[in-house]
Amino acid sequence: MTRLFRSQTFSTPLSELLAGSRAVVPLVVGAIPLGIIFGTLAPSSGLSFAGTLAMSAFVFAGSAQFIVLGLLATKTALPLIVLTTFVVNLRHLLYAISLVPHVRHLPQRWKILIGFWLTDESFAVASVRYNQKDSSPNKHWYYFGAALLMYGNWQLCTLVGLSFGQLLPNAASWRLDFAMSVTFIGMIIPYLITQPMVVTVIVAGIVAVWTHTLAHQLGLLVAVLAGILAGVGTERIQSKRWRNE
Amino acid sequence: MSELFLIGGMALVTFLIRYGLIGMSGRLKLSPSVIQMLCYVPPAVLTALAAPAILMPSGDQLMLSYTNAHLVGAVTAILVSCWTKNLLLTIVLGMLTFLGWQWLLQLI
Repeated sequence: MTRLFRSQTFSTPLSELLAGSRAVVPLVVGAIPLGIIFGTLAPSSGLSFAGTLAMSAFVFAGSAQFIVLGLLATKTALPLIVLTTFVVNLRHLLYAISLVPHVRHLPQRWKILIGFWLTDESFAVASVRYNQKDSSPNKHWYYFGAALLMYGNWQLCTLVGLSFGQLLPNAASWRLDFAMSVTFIGMIIPYLITQPMVVTVIVAGIVAVWTHTLAHQLGLLVAVLAGILAGVGTERIQSKRWRNE
Repeated sequence: MSELFLIGGMALVTFLIRYGLIGMSGRLKLSPSVIQMLCYVPPAVLTALAAPAILMPSGDQLMLSYTNAHLVGAVTAILVSCWTKNLLLTIVLGMLTFLGWQWLLQLI
């Protein structure tokens, strides 16, 4: 009875939207220092005021935006920058595949919106909601609420960094980008409830450190693939052992 | 002008990666083994992004020492997350520990 009640309170678009916005608040807090420091550092890498705002508005990919600032500062050629963006953001392809079963029935305008707003944070929040067992038909509104807040916050923080960042003395030396690592830790730990997940995280972490100096962030892809294979392998071994017992 | 191409190129590449499969999801069928693999994507990706940032803050050298404020902040965040399961507390305490430790190291 309580379960039925809960799924009904979540089932209107507005209540899903509000619940999604609420769920993403901690991740928004983690993104605030990142957005501000991006806006602060962008001009010194050669981006214009309008260009910095446009990058946050149209690319909307935090870690890629940071890596590109580094590439711009070292005068990297444009095709190479776009290639690096591709590699760094390739993980979103995996997020997109995970969302396929949940969004295939939606109209195309929703799919465009969900695709454009796909980030580590909105995916993390939405996948928790999609994996809950209730059959609410409005779970995409939950995603909408989470993604809208992430997007609005990113634009606002970029603007704040651009406008007031110069007031911070040596902003770069504060290493506020650590907010990304600590946010990711908070998202990773809840996964670590099964042995295969633990193996995935350990293998992905070790391989990522090991291959970190490879060009164009290729080490990231290698580490992700190694982590996934290790997790699936562990799961296979476990299920074989159970069958033999 | 080159800024237009830069942002346009980045935006196009990023959007195609994110939207491509979602856009044609109506015609896409996934096998059970693919779906099984997908469960491991988020933790693998997040770890692969965070681990080098924490353990190699200078970008090229492993730094396993208390003088690495990233590592001290990360260990704090892991402990807070395991104990409290509270995401906001994990982020805020991890960040404050990192900033405080960095400040202490500068005093030494």
